[in-house]
Amino acid sequence: MDGKALRAEQGASGSAGAAPADKTAADKTAAIEVKELTKIFGGGEDRVTALDAVSVTIRQNEFFTLLGPSGCGKTTLLRLIAGFEQPSAGGLTLLGEAIGHRPPHKRPVNTVFQSYALFPHMTVAGNIAFGLEMQGVPRGEIDGRVKEMLQLVQLAGMERRRPAQLSGGQQQRVALARALANRPKVLLLDEPLSALDFKLRKEMQIELKRLQSQTGITFIFVTHDQGEALTMSDRIAVMSAGKILQVGGPTEIYEHPTSHFVADFIGETNFLEGEILAAEGAGLARVKLSSGQERLAGLPPDIAAKGKVSLAVRPERIDFAATPEAAALTAEVEEVVYFGTDTVYHLQVDGSGRFTIRQQNRLGAGAATHRAGESVGIAIPDGALQVLRD
Amino acid sequence: MTADALSNPKAGLAPEEAIDEISAEKRRVRRCWQLLSPALITIGVFGCLPLVIALIYSFLEPATYGGVVWNFSTDAYVQLLFDRDIFDDSLIFNPAYLEIFSRSFLLALFTMAVSLLIGFPTAYYMATRPPSQRDLWVFLITIPFWTNLLIRTFSMQLIIRDEGLINVLLMDWGLIEKPLELIYTDFAVALGLLYSYLPFMVLPIYAALERVDFRLVEAGFDLYANRFKVLKRIIVPLAMPGIIAGCILVLIPALGAYITPVLLGGGKELMIGNLIAQQFGSSRNWPLGSAAAMVLLAMVLLALVIYVKVTGRRGGPAHG
Repeated sequence: MDGKALRAEQGASGSAGAAPADKTAADKTAAIEVKELTKIFGGGEDRVTALDAVSVTIRQNEFFTLLGPSGCGKTTLLRLIAGFEQPSAGGLTLLGEAIGHRPPHKRPVNTVFQSYALFPHMTVAGNIAFGLEMQGVPRGEIDGRVKEMLQLVQLAGMERRRPAQLSGGQQQRVALARALANRPKVLLLDEPLSALDFKLRKEMQIELKRLQSQTGITFIFVTHDQGEALTMSDRIAVMSAGKILQVGGPTEIYEHPTSHFVADFIGETNFLEGEILAAEGAGLARVKLSSGQERLAGLPPDIAAKGKVSLAVRPERIDFAATPEAAALTAEVEEVVYFGTDTVYHLQVDGSGRFTIRQQNRLGAGAATHRAGESVGIAIPDGALQVLRD
Repeated sequence: MTADALSNPKAGLAPEEAIDEISAEKRRVRRCWQLLSPALITIGVFGCLPLVIALIYSFLEPATYGGVVWNFSTDAYVQLLFDRDIFDDSLIFNPAYLEIFSRSFLLALFTMAVSLLIGFPTAYYMATRPPSQRDLWVFLITIPFWTNLLIRTFSMQLIIRDEGLINVLLMDWGLIEKPLELIYTDFAVALGLLYSYLPFMVLPIYAALERVDFRLVEAGFDLYANRFKVLKRIIVPLAMPGIIAGCILVLIPALGAYITPVLLGGGKELMIGNLIAQQFGSSRNWPLGSAAAMVLLAMVLLALVIYVKVTGRRGGPAHG
């Protein structure tokens, strides 16, 4: 891969993930604008800053995911948008209207709760109709809308059932239908798939994607499952300790993580040290590795293009060097692990710790190219490396 | 193994094993009855038998100095509504007992309604405290039970009588010239009943509300319901088993209250309980007392039947 192709790729994903900096406040396509939003729980000794001056713009009709470990503030941000919590500071607008201090029943957003929170004393139809009744929609229209929703989530004929008579997946669909029936401007989903088993979760992921494109409603999806985030989202905001670390499309987040946390949290990563020699433009920089070899690496937009830096590279982007000259680093194979689809090699790199290389088993089992104890060279192509901010 | 043996696992056993199995089962059943017998005997002798005696007595004739004469008669029930003319035996409608029944019923209903009005918000407040504080609240609610009902009712008398706390204070402040007539009124009886039975309303409602998943309340707000609608459509229906249980627990003892009307009603404002006691005591008309007790029992059973109907239709209290 040459430098030009790399730049083109980087440019494309860069614009898809558009840095929030070049978006103006009067963005017409913004569904939700979060500005310097802060939420502090408790006081005195027990003071916890759940959300620390977070700013992000969520566009209309997009599937936006808040991704992070538990306690990172993603659910707090969702609850602030829903109105269950009041912000300690900062602004929150929905389609240009400030809603930060409006009670939840006056916001045109609906939530799919982690626990589903279906009303146990009402039927499926009663649950779905609830929001419409509260808004004073005429009875005839409600009935039509309930039918339509049941068809949308493939539960036609279940009207008279009670939530307790449904399976977990069906309850999930009712919760979705109940929220979507109101045609909200924004649908908030708080880890809705976490209670489902693996197979059902995969099904619902596809289902959610379909519902989002069919209804054109902006989805804000909270999850701690990076796989879920990568497969479903248009854009992802990775959060940690009350801050948003990076916002971008799945490929950008995965291929070009800008911080140590993002690189580490999403997928597997090898970390190494290097030195930036010069910025090459289009988000690339020439870096020098500990071995003295030079490579092109992705460069976060807001970082000084000089000095010593941390670098990250994905295990599947690197390979064993065919010749000693092609090796960016030298290492010793410690362990070979067979995973069915792939084989993973754990290496000890001279002078910079552990590394992994992941190879697809195109030739079937027994195709492991190297054995434990062998000395090898690691080939790192241009562009596979990513400069990290920290 | 034949198909028959498959469908009946015991058929596969040797005959003596099957017999062992059967006798083991019999022994188990016998053991159950043995263990149950103390409870059954207690309930039978001290619970059911007195009721049967009262039922039988209500259909007999009164003896002159208390007790009964063993002659079948429905006079006791007739007496509840009619007076028999001494001269020509004709029946004259007399609403005196009917008034006592209806006063009892109204007072009990009033007590139930007011204790619901006070009890629900109290229970709601308790159920919405942090879990660590809730036990304290339950403890506080149950404190009145530590003292005898008689003592508590006497204290109430001290507060509301003419020279009681309320009247003395109001007169000291010059708000009233002469004492308010509080004691020995229906109001005093209702107040006493309310004070005695309020915990029976609070505790079951609290138990029901404590089990309510308050995330459902959030879901309600999320679906455009305001506070009132959330209360009406979500919280109250989910707490309904507790509300109904509380209403019954207040209504039934209030209906048959004895001490409260005596001490606070001054014997002027009789309730069913007093009527029954009077018939067995000074009036020496056991059949009439038994008949009044049976009518009270019928009223209570009616209330319970309504409860079962209401909760049964709603698919059981557990599911609201």
